[in-house]
Amino acid sequence: MIEIRNISKSFGEQHVLHDVSAVFESGKTNLVIGISGSGKTVLMKIMTGLISPDQGEVFFNDRSFFDLSRAEQKLLRREIGMLFQGSALFDSLTVEENVMLPLNMFSNATAKEKLNRVNFCLERVNLSGSNKKYPGELSGGMKKRVGIARAIVLNPKYLFCDEPNSGLDPRTSIVIDDLIIEITKEYNMTTIINTHDMNSVMEIGEKIVFLFKGQKDWEGNSSEILSATDENLNAFIFASDFLREARDALKEKKGLM
Amino acid sequence: MIRRMFSRPERWQMFIREFFRQMVDIGVGSAFIVLLVSIFIGAVTAVQTAYQLYGTPFVPSSYIGLIVRNTVIFELAPTFTALILAGKVGSNLASELGSMRVTEQIDALEIMGVNTESYLIATRIFAALVTIPILVAIASFAGIMGGYAATAAGSYYNVEDYVQGIRMFFHPFDVQLMFIKSFAFSFIVSSISCYMGYYVQGGSVEIGRASTKAVVYSCIFVLLADYVIAELLL
Repeated sequence: MIEIRNISKSFGEQHVLHDVSAVFESGKTNLVIGISGSGKTVLMKIMTGLISPDQGEVFFNDRSFFDLSRAEQKLLRREIGMLFQGSALFDSLTVEENVMLPLNMFSNATAKEKLNRVNFCLERVNLSGSNKKYPGELSGGMKKRVGIARAIVLNPKYLFCDEPNSGLDPRTSIVIDDLIIEITKEYNMTTIINTHDMNSVMEIGEKIVFLFKGQKDWEGNSSEILSATDENLNAFIFASDFLREARDALKEKKGLM
Repeated sequence: MIRRMFSRPERWQMFIREFFRQMVDIGVGSAFIVLLVSIFIGAVTAVQTAYQLYGTPFVPSSYIGLIVRNTVIFELAPTFTALILAGKVGSNLASELGSMRVTEQIDALEIMGVNTESYLIATRIFAALVTIPILVAIASFAGIMGGYAATAAGSYYNVEDYVQGIRMFFHPFDVQLMFIKSFAFSFIVSSISCYMGYYVQGGSVEIGRASTKAVVYSCIFVLLADYVIAELLL
């Protein structure tokens, strides 16, 4: 479980986050949604310890990240996996070397054990046989899957995904979403996803936090979104006529109207 | 940053592997251009010195070899090599690290718990500190041999005089000074370039700017350090 309490962050005069609190449960896909510039990425960077908040705390199972010593933070980071928006694969390394890097850094396993673990993770993301390819030879969806394989190779307890579907076609997005939800359940991880993707919101949003202008504006799950009265949320989720009509049809079907 | 750079790496094996990879990139990748420039600089220095001294009755022609040797060892080999490497290696280091920063590769390492200052910066600076002095030594040898080749090809003076000249009044301190300069220049070029790349913010335009700044600042500080070292040690 990850809990954030009263997180605020400013860059100069620009107030990016203001007093944001939320609890993200383990074994669930927790989504942080909001328009561009609402502070999602900054919040994720604070949760992963890449930037410090001006105020507030981040708890990983009751351990306050910013109260830990640097050595303890390093140990905690080994329990964190992260999938980046652009995958952040190392261009000069092959797929196998990319996935093996965390093992080479932190594991005392033998070379054979490491290779077995890498192959297992690549198989898990349906990329068996791509070991010797370089990131430049992969499609966007394949890069994301390598990113997931690298994120889970050390068996993390916490998985962060920053816009995992950006730049992907709808079908590949569903594949990535399914993969994330499967892995979350399988390893009982606390998964936090930043997304704009409406399909992800409706399909995998077990817990959704909506940020608006740096503040938490709404909290709920994908079924509660349909009946939410928050104007900002509705303007964000159901932005087009098509989506509003789809929402109304769905509400009618579910007897919510 | 410097404290984190010199802190213990997560795994020595990975640190050493990256260190050797950088040594190959800096050393092997730059050897040809350094060699080529040094040979021609030595040759041109020999020809121009011979031209200046031509017909002077009081300076023996063997002094041409002496002047070429000292000029190459004192100044041309360390400074020219550093300036060449500021352009080649400096821009490469800054753009590589800058692109890693922009594409979140550095963030990915940080989140894994890797000390990126040690893994990415210290390895590059140490690799430069080992490799660039070796390149400078090669450059000084190549420069003197370039002078020899010019002597053999030209008609101002003979090869025996040149060889006699490069063996005259040799002080081991001259070579020490060359290495002192090369260590200082290696640190300047690699640390400025790594700093510029590591702290890039923005996109491809900023990477280009960081790369240019790395080259410009490296060149300025190399020339400044050259003067300071000469003033202090000579």
